[in-house]
Amino acid sequence: MSEQPPPAAVPEAEQPHRADGTGVLDARGVSKVFGGLVAVSDVDFIVPEKGIVSLIGPNGAGKTTFFNCLTGLYKPTTGRVMFLGSDLTGKRPDIITTAGIARTFQNIKLFRTMTAIENVQVGMHSRLRSRVTGMLLRTPFNRREEKESYRRAREQLDFVGLRRHGELAMNLPYGDQRRLEIARALASEPKLLLLDEPTAGMNAQESEELRRLMERLRTERGMSVLLIEHDMKVVMNVSDHITVLDHGEKIAEGSPKEVRENPRVVEAYLGSQA
Amino acid sequence: MSTAAATWRSSTASLRRVPDWAWAVFFVALAILYPYILDQLMTAPDDLLDASIQTLGYIIMALGLNIVVGFAGLLDLGYVAFYAIGAFVIGWLGSQQFPNVNGGKGIHILTPVESAFGRAFPGIHINYFIVIFIAAIFTAFWGAILGAPTLRLRGDYLAIVTLAFGEIVPRVFENATSGIFGIGSTDFSNGRQGITPIDKINFPWTDKAFNYPLELKPVYYVGLGMVLFVIFFNRRLRDSRLGRAWIAVREDEVAAAAMGVNLVRTKLWAYAIGAALGGFSGVFLATYNNTVNVDQFEFGFSVFILAMVIIGGMGNIWGVILGAIALSIFNRYGLKQLNGVPDTVGLDFDVTSINFGIFGFFLLAMMVLRPEGFLPSSRRRLELHEVEFDESPDHLGTETGDAQLYEVRHE
Repeated sequence: MSEQPPPAAVPEAEQPHRADGTGVLDARGVSKVFGGLVAVSDVDFIVPEKGIVSLIGPNGAGKTTFFNCLTGLYKPTTGRVMFLGSDLTGKRPDIITTAGIARTFQNIKLFRTMTAIENVQVGMHSRLRSRVTGMLLRTPFNRREEKESYRRAREQLDFVGLRRHGELAMNLPYGDQRRLEIARALASEPKLLLLDEPTAGMNAQESEELRRLMERLRTERGMSVLLIEHDMKVVMNVSDHITVLDHGEKIAEGSPKEVRENPRVVEAYLGSQA
Repeated sequence: MSTAAATWRSSTASLRRVPDWAWAVFFVALAILYPYILDQLMTAPDDLLDASIQTLGYIIMALGLNIVVGFAGLLDLGYVAFYAIGAFVIGWLGSQQFPNVNGGKGIHILTPVESAFGRAFPGIHINYFIVIFIAAIFTAFWGAILGAPTLRLRGDYLAIVTLAFGEIVPRVFENATSGIFGIGSTDFSNGRQGITPIDKINFPWTDKAFNYPLELKPVYYVGLGMVLFVIFFNRRLRDSRLGRAWIAVREDEVAAAAMGVNLVRTKLWAYAIGAALGGFSGVFLATYNNTVNVDQFEFGFSVFILAMVIIGGMGNIWGVILGAIALSIFNRYGLKQLNGVPDTVGLDFDVTSINFGIFGFFLLAMMVLRPEGFLPSSRRRLELHEVEFDESPDHLGTETGDAQLYEVRHE
C-alpha cells in the first residue's frame, strides 16, 4: 500500500514535515471503502509536533471519514496510522484516546443529561485509575482521585471559558456546547486534538475566541491540533499547513498561501471552468 | 429555559428542603420498626410481614436490574436467569442435594452439624452469610459470560437475546438431573421437583438456625440488612467513575468510546454487578421459601422485576425501591381484590392467573402517561421530556442519527 507514489499534484518540496518523518501523527496510505464507495483514498498525512494543521475540502470530500479512521471509529481499509511511534491502525477508540488523541464531533455529541463537569469527568475516564473495589469501598485513593478529577474538570472548563459548570449539557447554548466538547476532549490530556468543524454555527467573535484557544493549546500545553473547518478565515489564520481533500483524495497541500493559489483547490471548490 | 422546566424544579424544591440524610434516617428507622408497628396495628401481621420479606428480596433484584437497565441502558429481559443461578447455589451449598459427599457425613461450615436426633446432616451445608457472597460472585461471573455475546447488540435485538438466556438457564437446571451440560452424572436439580428443604439462616457464631416461617422477624432483619447493604454500594457505584461511564454509554456510545471509555468492560461490569445482586437475592428467597424449583424461574418473573424498575423510575434507586414495594404488594393483595371482577361480566377466570398481563398493561399505561416512572431519576426525566423542555432552536440539526453510521467495535 505504501508503494504507491504520492499524488502527482503534490511535489515532494511541498511536504515540509515529511523530510525527517517525525510527526506526532503519521498516517500513510489511509483508505476507507464502504461497499463500492471509496470515501478516503490513499491519503498520507502528517501532523508535526506543536503544529496546527487543517484538513479542508468540499462537502463529502471524506474529511470526517478520515478523522474517524484516525480515532478508531472506523477501521481503515488499508493504510497505517502511527502515533508517537506506536501503531494505532484500527485500534479501538478508547485505546486511541488513551494513547493521546482526543476529538470533538461535527454534530455535537455531548452526554446531554450530564452536567458540564460530569461531561469533562467522563473525558478523564482513561486517566483515572480507580477500580471497582476501590469505588465500592471508597478508599482514600479513590476519594482523592474523585476530588482531584472534579477540580481538574473545573480547570478545563475555565480554560475553554465556560462559566456554567453545573449546568446540564443539553441546557447550554450552542457556543458553550462546542466549548464543552473541547473541554471534554482536553480532559483526556491528549497530545493531539482533532477538531471537527468547531466553528460551525459560531459567530465571528466566537470563531476568533476559538482561534486564540487553539494558539494557547499549542503554546501553553504543547499540543498539536488537527482541524477540519469550513470557515476559510479561521483556516487561513490559524494553520501552519493545510491539506485539501476532494472525493477522498488528497489534491493539494502546503502553506495557507500555497493552497489558496493552487488551481486544483479553486477548481474543487468552485468547479472547473470548462 | 422553558417554563415547564421551571415549574417542575420549583415543585421539587419544597421537598428538597429536607436534607437527604434526614430522609434516609427516617426511612431506615421506619423499616427497622416496621415489624413492631405491624404488631401494634394488626392482630395477625404474619401474612403482611411474609409479603414484606419477599418484597425485600424483590427490592434487591430490582436494584440489580436497575444497574443494567437504568444506569447502563441495556434492556435485559432475562434477569430471572440470575435469580435461578443464585437460588441453585444455595440449593447446592445449603441442602442435602449431594448426600454422598464426605462419605455421607456431609460438609458443614459454620452451620448446625447434627439434627435433633444426633445424626449428622448429609450434604454440603455452608453458612448462609458465606453462601450469599459465593452466589454473588458466581452469578457475576455468569452475568459477564451471558452479557459478552450481547455486547454488539442494541435495543430490540439485545432484548431478544437476553430473553433467550432467561429461558435457557432454567431449562439447563431442569435437565441437570444427570450431570450438567452432559458432564458427569450427579443430580444437580432434582428436575421439576426442585431442591427442598433448603437450610435455614443461622448466624456464624451460633448453631441455632432461624425458625421461619414460624418466626419472621429475624429473617426480616437479615433481608433488610441485605437491602441496606445493596443500597449503600449502589449509591457509591452510581457516583463513581464507573457510574459516570454507564451513563455516558447509555447517552451516546460513540462519544463515550471516543472519550476513552472501554465499552466492553463498562457493559460487562453492569451485567456482572446486576447479575450479582440477582444471585444475592436468589439465595435469600430460596432459603426463605425453602425450595429451589425451576417453576419459579419463568419469563414472567423477569417482566415482574423489569416492571418494578420501569414503573418505579428507571435509574433512580429510591424510585426502583418504591416500584418494587408497590408491585409486589399489589401482586400479593391487589390482584385478589380484583378476582371477582371477571365474574360480574360473565367471564370465568381468575385475575391472579393473568397477573403478568396486568403488569404488561401497567407498563403500557406507564409508557403513555408517565414514561419516566413514579420517582424518576432527573436524568431520565430529561431524556424523555427533552422535546418539551427544549425550546431553543440551537439543537436543531444536531440529532442526525449519525450514531448508526459509526462502526463501534467491541472486540
